[in-house]
Amino acid sequence: MHAPATSALLENPFAKRRSHRETYEFIVRSVLRGATYLILFATAAIFLHIIVKGSPILFQAKAPFINVEFLTKLPETLHVLEDKQGHIYKTDPKGADAIKHQLGDNLRQEKTISYSGGGILGPIVGTFLLVLVCIVIALFLGISSAIYLSEYAKPGKFIEWVRLAILNLAGVPSVVFGLFGLGVFVLAAPVFTNTPLDRALLVIPLGFTQMSFQGWDTSVLSGAFTLAFVILPVIITASEECLRAVPMGFRETSLALGATRWQTIWRSVLPFAMPGILTSSILGIARAAGETAPIMFTAALAFKDKLPWQGEAGFGGVFTESVQALPYHIYTLAARIPQNEYSERAQYGSVFVFLVLVMTLATASVLLRRKLRAKYKW
Amino acid sequence: MSSSSASTAAASSATTQPLLKINEVDFAYGARQTLFGVNMGIAQREVTAFIGPSGCGKSTLLRCINRINDMIEGARITKGNITLGNVDINHPDLDVIALRRKVGMVFQKYNPFPRSIFENVAYGLEVAGMKNKKLIAETVERSLRSATLWEEVKDRLHESALGLSGGQQQRLCIARTLSVRPEVVLMDEPCAALDPIATAKIEELIHQLKKDYTIVIVTHNMEQAVRVSDKTAFFYLGKLIEFNNTMTLFSTPENEQTERYLSGRMG
Repeated sequence: MHAPATSALLENPFAKRRSHRETYEFIVRSVLRGATYLILFATAAIFLHIIVKGSPILFQAKAPFINVEFLTKLPETLHVLEDKQGHIYKTDPKGADAIKHQLGDNLRQEKTISYSGGGILGPIVGTFLLVLVCIVIALFLGISSAIYLSEYAKPGKFIEWVRLAILNLAGVPSVVFGLFGLGVFVLAAPVFTNTPLDRALLVIPLGFTQMSFQGWDTSVLSGAFTLAFVILPVIITASEECLRAVPMGFRETSLALGATRWQTIWRSVLPFAMPGILTSSILGIARAAGETAPIMFTAALAFKDKLPWQGEAGFGGVFTESVQALPYHIYTLAARIPQNEYSERAQYGSVFVFLVLVMTLATASVLLRRKLRAKYKW
Repeated sequence: MSSSSASTAAASSATTQPLLKINEVDFAYGARQTLFGVNMGIAQREVTAFIGPSGCGKSTLLRCINRINDMIEGARITKGNITLGNVDINHPDLDVIALRRKVGMVFQKYNPFPRSIFENVAYGLEVAGMKNKKLIAETVERSLRSATLWEEVKDRLHESALGLSGGQQQRLCIARTLSVRPEVVLMDEPCAALDPIATAKIEELIHQLKKDYTIVIVTHNMEQAVRVSDKTAFFYLGKLIEFNNTMTLFSTPENEQTERYLSGRMG
């Protein structure tokens, strides 16, 4: 056999030498991996921080293990009293008077922290209502328009422009949606009333009553409509895709059996597109729950001492009353009150509950989709 | 023209007035014309096979008969007409829903809805507004029996149709078509996706259905055309080349193109 060169005998003859190309490849891979892990790190940091700081507020060691008060009381002002021995009393406005009376001259100082006492029932209820009404409106409008675009409309230039317009809606900043909602739903939407307001833009007498374009005021309905417009582009685009994914054969078969176009859509297209539509709506739900700007002009108040159905409108108040909402409440707690060690409880508690709430909504949608998909699978 | 000779051949062999008449039909998808002056009559309670190479227009013509082509943007008959029992099926006053109840269709790819077997067969009845549960159940059974599927599925009517084998699914689709009691059943390559045993069952079924229904079948399988059909029409490049009794057409084709296609030298 022919022996290789003497120096090479000592080394592994199959050893790879690192070429320029491989070094380059290594760097690229490291950068890509680094970018991915950075994102992962940010996500973990957010979640861990909120869970670590927030869960002690919601959970407790004693039965019933959940801080019921935090979930079932409305927000109120937190009073912190300190006596001269350094004892600290945290209490609500009523309790503050009693303790002050008891301490008498022994009181060293009193601090009040707005919105940080009590619980966050008001914001939870408000966000629930806003999201529910918004989803109903957005799904109805979104699916209707997706059905029109994909099943009825004749393809052509005009429809392409319509699609483009809908996509552009997704790029509108949310604060602009808020102002749009203020102008349209809060101040100009039509209501039926016998006594129109002076600021009504237009009053149309209908005989038995009058239709007055005076708006719905700051209310759940105004906020939900505004939020619906924020998430409509996502829902329309995704619904259209899901409708298109339903095999053409289902439509042809249904028509060939003598079904009308609408019967075909209702019985043989929509049920099979629904799991996908709901999946994509999860994104919409999470977004609608989290938006602050669209509701700050249209639905949300920084503070309200009544639940929506406790006002004079009765149960109808769930649509017509203004509400507190979690994202706006978090904004208020974080940016509108002075920060100190006593404000943290409400802040982290709210953020943690909010996170759990959004994740619950998303999980519910996933379960619903799974149930539907099991029923309508092809 | 070859098409005129074809139509005379058909006319001479038909003893009665044909149920379906296709009169000088031109058809176009937008600007692209795909059928040229097709002229033929389809007799009642016979099986008529459409054969020809891919893209020859046989499926297009089939899909004209129940106007399922209406769904395609820009697809229309540009000249001539199709009559069913002397009624122009493209007449503006004609109710296309009623037409499709008279003219059922079975598609190439068996496509039961992802619902139960029962719901699949009941679909046509429900969209027609039938509410009587007992009547629906009876019709479903009758349709499944006609499609020779009843014995195989009677114990699992409420299970998903997708659990059936391919051949069973296609027979289910036939049962679904029969449920609304059509006069004409159009079949667009019904066995293209099936194995030989399932195919044999469908062919056997077609033989039985012939007693009650007028059947038009598009097929790529020439042996199948011979086995199931009474008449055969050969299409090429959007024209009807030859139309005659199946036995005559296959044994002594008049047209040279037909002869070349049948012997495998074309298409």
